[in-house]
Amino acid sequence: MSADSAVQTGRANLDVFSETLLELAKADKNVLAVTSDSRGSAKLANFAKALPEQIVEVGIAEQNLVGVAAGLASAGKIVFAVSPGSFLTARALEQIKNDICYSDRPVKLIAISSGVSYGALGSTHHSLHDLAVMRAIHNCTIIVPADNFETAESVKAAAAMSHPVFIRFGKRAMPDLHKPGARFLVGQALLVRDGCGIAFIATGETVIHALMAAQALEREGITARVLSMHTIKPLDDQAVLQAARDCKAVVTVEEHSCAGGLGEACASVLLQAGISVPFKIVGFPDEETVTGTQLEIMAYYGISPEGLARTAKSMLNRKRS
Amino acid sequence: MTDTALIMKSIEYRIRLLGYIKKANAGHTGGSLSCVDILNVLYNRILNISPQTADDPDRDRYVQSKGHSVEALYVVLADRGFFPESDLETLCRFKSPYVGHPTRKIKGIEQNTGALGHGLAFSVGAALAGKMDGRSYGVFTLLGDGELAEGSNWESMLTAAHYRLDNLTAIVDRNQLQISGRTEDICALESLYDKFTAFGWSVRSVDGHDVTALKSVLCSTPFTQGKPSMVIANTVKGKGVQFMENIAKWHHGVPTDEQFTLAISQLKSRLQEVLV
Repeated sequence: MSADSAVQTGRANLDVFSETLLELAKADKNVLAVTSDSRGSAKLANFAKALPEQIVEVGIAEQNLVGVAAGLASAGKIVFAVSPGSFLTARALEQIKNDICYSDRPVKLIAISSGVSYGALGSTHHSLHDLAVMRAIHNCTIIVPADNFETAESVKAAAAMSHPVFIRFGKRAMPDLHKPGARFLVGQALLVRDGCGIAFIATGETVIHALMAAQALEREGITARVLSMHTIKPLDDQAVLQAARDCKAVVTVEEHSCAGGLGEACASVLLQAGISVPFKIVGFPDEETVTGTQLEIMAYYGISPEGLARTAKSMLNRKRS
Repeated sequence: MTDTALIMKSIEYRIRLLGYIKKANAGHTGGSLSCVDILNVLYNRILNISPQTADDPDRDRYVQSKGHSVEALYVVLADRGFFPESDLETLCRFKSPYVGHPTRKIKGIEQNTGALGHGLAFSVGAALAGKMDGRSYGVFTLLGDGELAEGSNWESMLTAAHYRLDNLTAIVDRNQLQISGRTEDICALESLYDKFTAFGWSVRSVDGHDVTALKSVLCSTPFTQGKPSMVIANTVKGKGVQFMENIAKWHHGVPTDEQFTLAISQLKSRLQEVLV
């Protein structure tokens, strides 16, 4: 089964986001969605219909979106500020830095259609920088849910958080990755599959690709651990260290620039702990991205079951120093 | 408090803020001197805020969007009892909470500001929350005129008008100068009255150093039911110190010892005139 067909078996994380938010908002009138002409893209049309008094529309004005969200939060509102990741974290970055993080307003920044979800719409609409810039700003939890379960859990967790949080979503349908009874904790990676040959540390919509690569590798006698590193900050250092100790090589996977994202965060943990392991960051290189669908673009840069299996095998051929 | 007492307070505030700028060897002198009468009237006559109600959900909110003029805000807040004035001895010192721009670490300060073009959006959000909750508080924000070149202000003006936020008042400290020179030479703003009106605000102009006129205008918000209120406060950058008035270099100039002595002397003379 290809990643393309696999991902058709689930629902889009954004659908689950909007349903979860609606449940929260029905239970508490202080829960608000603030949008920048993004209610349709964010699957919030039903929310707007059901709770018109709890959605604030500011028009196509992301800086204003974030500032207004901070002001609403200052008066006790539980604010989900929703906008495409590309615009939210580039155009409104100063508002995120000052109005939310520095001012410690517990706004939930919801980046929709992130990474290369917009596919052929091009670089203006891609956000391959957002994790890097958000990591460098003090006082913000960063979550990238991989499936519907992680989505629902992270949205509920965010609603209860008293400090800023950034949650990043793509657009595609996602299959369930976790068994019933799995426990989601912010800052704690979820083990999707265990193994000791290669470790894939993946995040967001790339986790399914890592899982399918692991399944393919198993057929060749290579066991693979797959971690869903849903929380980028604070990073689950222990899970990273354990993966490097238990496995022969580590491959990180992200729909993000190789600069400043999950991979570099993991590398930092390993190097500073004095652990040397064959290590590869699979993400987007420092170049203008090719045109195509999300899956085509990701596959071009090696984020596909086949590409990741290939990378894993090449890493296992390296000597551990 | 009589208007004469208010006038004297403004002069005392100017003396104090210059002292702290001199001691810290840093600060935004010209803009603090231009806005201090506005802050004086707001905190002593208009705002329903006190140290005891600093966290009350029904308190009025003041947001200083032109955060660089924090020295004026600090002396007014100290005078109102939000913190001991002796704290200001540490202004801008290593590890002092009294940073060169407002932060929420200081009691009475609603929001961290300093980067320009942020205060109005925050104020819109706070005002909108007040409307949603049926609370009667007002939200006041002070904008610099040079700051109006930031496009975010105009986004927020649209939103404030759209949501009919008549519990929101923005005041522009229209001192005509920014760091590089005259606002009209750098990126012309006029006619501000027409622009604000076109954006759906109810606008009044006032002498920003006339405490009686300021009080009268700020007491009469909203100017129009269903519209946010905009006050264009015409001011003089460096007001009260003759050699600083209307000179852009005093934007963040720190006086020498001789200049400081002369400045304080001028302000004390003015205080004597008012007393007489």
